[in-house]
Amino acid sequence: METIPFTIEQFYKFIGERKLMAVKCRSCATLFVPPKNVCPRCFSTDLEWTKLEEKGRLLTYTVIHVPPKQFQSVAPYAVGIIKLEEGLHLLGMIRGVKPEEIKVGINLIVDFDTDMPSQWPMWPHYFFRPP
Amino acid sequence: MYNLLSGKEDALLARKPLVSIVSAGLSKFGKRKGMYGREIFAEAVREAFERCPNLNPKQDIEALIVGHMGESFEHQGHTGPTVLDWAGMLPIPAIRIESACASSGVALRCGIFAVLSGMHDVVMVGGVEKMTHRATSDVTEFLAMASDFPFEQWQGMTFPGLYALIATAHMHRYGTTEEQMATVAVKNHRHGALNPKAHMQKEVTLEQVMSSRVIAWPLKLFDCSLITDGASCLILTKPELARKFTDAPVHVIGSGQASDAIGLYEREEFTTLKAAKLAAREAYRMAKVESRDVDIAEVHDCFTIAEIVAYEDLGFCKPGEGGGLVKKGTTTIEGELPVNTSGGLKSKGHPVGATGTAQAYEIYLQLTEQAERRQVKDAEIGLTHNVGGSGATAAVHIYRRG
Repeated sequence: METIPFTIEQFYKFIGERKLMAVKCRSCATLFVPPKNVCPRCFSTDLEWTKLEEKGRLLTYTVIHVPPKQFQSVAPYAVGIIKLEEGLHLLGMIRGVKPEEIKVGINLIVDFDTDMPSQWPMWPHYFFRPP
Repeated sequence: MYNLLSGKEDALLARKPLVSIVSAGLSKFGKRKGMYGREIFAEAVREAFERCPNLNPKQDIEALIVGHMGESFEHQGHTGPTVLDWAGMLPIPAIRIESACASSGVALRCGIFAVLSGMHDVVMVGGVEKMTHRATSDVTEFLAMASDFPFEQWQGMTFPGLYALIATAHMHRYGTTEEQMATVAVKNHRHGALNPKAHMQKEVTLEQVMSSRVIAWPLKLFDCSLITDGASCLILTKPELARKFTDAPVHVIGSGQASDAIGLYEREEFTTLKAAKLAAREAYRMAKVESRDVDIAEVHDCFTIAEIVAYEDLGFCKPGEGGGLVKKGTTTIEGELPVNTSGGLKSKGHPVGATGTAQAYEIYLQLTEQAERRQVKDAEIGLTHNVGGSGATAAVHIYRRG
């Protein structure tokens, strides 16, 4: 069987397929994102991709009013860190909710915006929204 | 002022310093229109040489280690020999260090390695950044390069945004308030108003800070440090050679550095910078001092929340009590533990690569009684806390009056 590489590129390929995937260590069962090709806990290279539930709870957030150039058309926008059901942390934009209604602790789900940019890094976006 | 505990003094005196600072230089910080980074660096170097007439610049300095974060600002890489040349110091070796906003704090540590290894007797360490000629959106993008590209920048994250995430988490966990954060800005602007080299030498009121426009909620314009041009340098030597160059050296007695995940989101906790805590622990142990022995500190207030977190990570108070500490006035220039007497990154300015050794410059002035209107009386032990990015690098140094 051909092994799927444990790379950032591959993580974003899965995002393009509307799947949030993490790497799981077959030796110690540690789950991790971003993908690395060695387990950060036990250094094992016996790894596999596993699909996550795509549900989480908001740990912290901000509303960005001064963005970098490429995000100017969508500002102001909210960005937060969620704790996924599997315990992993992920940072992303929060859409579909007014900034003033966002609170630490709210439940969010991971959704996908599969529009593909035409230049490097050609990664689609995931984002968070209320269920 | 905190006094050293009796008994500690013996241990301190018996302990040989790592290196001694025999001179230091700082350019004027601000919008240096028409000046190139290398020209600003040369200005800092000139001051360091003028301050130390016993030192022969052409003979005594054996190497330069310079912190510089971004090629993008001036479209210029290969910083080491470039700034060395403009400072008139060819042909000695020049090494450029990049550790984001901790570049020159780390350059100082590398200077300590260079001297302690026995390879060099006298080295210059420093830092430089030229930023103000670029549009704010460009600066925002270039600074964001110190965060993780695929999982932070790609999601629209900015540097104020990362520290805003820390602020929101701190407010939620400990009840820290926007007003407490604003108090850091008011304090540091008050200090900066006394510093003729500060970028913004003017006081601000709590109302001004609170009503300034939002950059990344909950952080407002006056919660953010300044986009600044500037350079700084120190001359380091072996402690046994220090008196050859000056009667008033400052000894570096502790140095700590640690790393963390580049992505803030990867960390277990967002209310503390683990790398800063580890770096502080190492520096305190090496110096054989404790947090309560520190008389004066320059901490990395890139955003007001960062100074509050720094108090906690350095052990100046317990976790969650940083907001209360600044509100009480403990860290003002008249307080028990003055922090950022220079005005900090907030008011003196934050030319990112120059900041680490600029912090050491202020401690050097304070411990040699050259800080003029902002002189703190009888300070013996100083500390600098320099953070790269959202805390993936931290360097802490401890200093003793020579």
